[in-house]
Amino acid sequence: MSAYETAIWAAYLLSVVAFVVGLHLMNSPATARSGNAVSAAGMVLAVAATVAVVAHEGTISGTGLAIVAAGVLAGGAGGLWLARTVAMTAMPQLVSLFNAVGGAAAALVGVHEFAAHGPDLDLAVAAIGAVDILIGGVTFSGSLVAAGKLHGVVPSEPLVFRGRRSSTAAAALISVLAAGYLVIEPHNVVALSILAVAALGLGTALVVPIGGADMPVVISLLNALTGTAVAMAGFLLGSLPLIAAGALVGASGTILTRLMAAAMNRTVTAIVAGGFGTADATAAAGPTVPVRSISAEDAAIQLAYATKVVIVPGYGLAVARAQHEVAALAAELEERGVEVSFAIHPVAGRMPGHMNVLLAEANVPYPSMHELTQANAELPRTDVALVIGANDVTNPAARRPGNAVSGMPILDVDRASAVIVIKRSLGHGYAGIDNELYNDRRTGMFFADAKQGVAAIRATLSTLVG
Amino acid sequence: MTTALALSITVFVLSVLIGFEVISKVPATLHTPLMSATNAIHGIVIAGAILIAAAADSAAGYAIAFVAVAFATANVVGGYAVTARMLRMFQRRPAAVASPQASVSSPQASVGRPS
Repeated sequence: MSAYETAIWAAYLLSVVAFVVGLHLMNSPATARSGNAVSAAGMVLAVAATVAVVAHEGTISGTGLAIVAAGVLAGGAGGLWLARTVAMTAMPQLVSLFNAVGGAAAALVGVHEFAAHGPDLDLAVAAIGAVDILIGGVTFSGSLVAAGKLHGVVPSEPLVFRGRRSSTAAAALISVLAAGYLVIEPHNVVALSILAVAALGLGTALVVPIGGADMPVVISLLNALTGTAVAMAGFLLGSLPLIAAGALVGASGTILTRLMAAAMNRTVTAIVAGGFGTADATAAAGPTVPVRSISAEDAAIQLAYATKVVIVPGYGLAVARAQHEVAALAAELEERGVEVSFAIHPVAGRMPGHMNVLLAEANVPYPSMHELTQANAELPRTDVALVIGANDVTNPAARRPGNAVSGMPILDVDRASAVIVIKRSLGHGYAGIDNELYNDRRTGMFFADAKQGVAAIRATLSTLVG
Repeated sequence: MTTALALSITVFVLSVLIGFEVISKVPATLHTPLMSATNAIHGIVIAGAILIAAAADSAAGYAIAFVAVAFATANVVGGYAVTARMLRMFQRRPAAVASPQASVSSPQASVGRPS
């Protein structure tokens, strides 16, 4: 190797090492920030090495240079603006959007390679390239639909329409056939175009029927797929850093997907098939046992005189943007000497760790955010469990077989001495079944919007003495 | 199969295994920043986008390269920026609350304390 080749190789190797070390530092909140910085430094190095390669080869045209400069400026400004301005409650859709554009870029690299060097491609590399376009296209349209659902511009209900399965199957079949044809005839622009369009259709058809509460699984899965597509693009270009970095992301997304699916006791296949709980939603309507409704005063008194309070946040907290009110309530209770912690279910919210980020935004210290196992160990010793905007993940029916949530790991909220649920109505959660927790005689239902409800409790709390 | 392809597959497989090993230790608290950070890492596709921009020689090629570069840059820059923004919020003790009692709640303390 020449000195130049050695330098490029070393830079790429160092950048991949930086990605691995950066991810390793994410093991603890204390080191995670430096992890992100290390990873970003690796990225700068990888981009610098690529620019050096292009400059050294000297083949880039003036137009090509202008294209790169314009693309970097436009994409960089857009990305930075979104990253700085989007509210924390909108994080799931933003992450999904960045995932979409990454998948699209990977697919476009594949499209360009086929269009420019199709006939020169090795058969195995052509097959990998076809998969790159397929997966990249699916993640682009799939992530856009997911982001649309999370942002409320696409209905978040599981959309079940006639011919849903057959249109998905048709898109899948056309994609695979076009991909196969492209591998045999890599210069065929028609096959290339059909593959790209069919992949976009497949991504849309796959995600549209999936409901909002399954989003933690879907976002993780799409993240894994984008990583894989980028690795496949690396195979096409013969670029080892793309392969290594893409594979790391693919592995990470796969782990998160499996964790999220396990936390719902559902298979990834069942989630992608869509339509959770929609079948018996009407049949299960209407509570049979009356529930006990309480006021803000009742709730405040119970909380103020408790020794230990566990707060269980759910997606309703994110919708009401109540994280700051809830954090303030926790701080006020702690000032009164009440021990407060947060019990966070893995699939609370719309993406893995969604609640943790919202609470962190509201200055809740991370050591007081407890995971499922830890929270379940302390719930039996808890005086008051305060459930805010969470539903299915607290339903004791999950311990019995024969219903929509059977077998799902739940937070044992019903084992606390008393339970307060802040909820707007007795409406069903995503699973579409009654929550038996609400009928428990130790449960008080405080019917209110999460933010207003917590504010009302805080107002009462300040009037209580001692 | 070419030697280059064999090497590529080796790198891919080993990277997947390293990824499993490193990621499985990340606590649930950090799952959103983790996802956002890995999101930024797959923005490495920007290197591929620059390479195709260098190879492009037709209007269609330039159009594809432009969109690829813009998308990949948005992915990288936005991904790292938003991850940094999220991680800045994770702290052991709240900065805004002055009272020391208000922030005393370590996992050990809450597990060990009788109720």
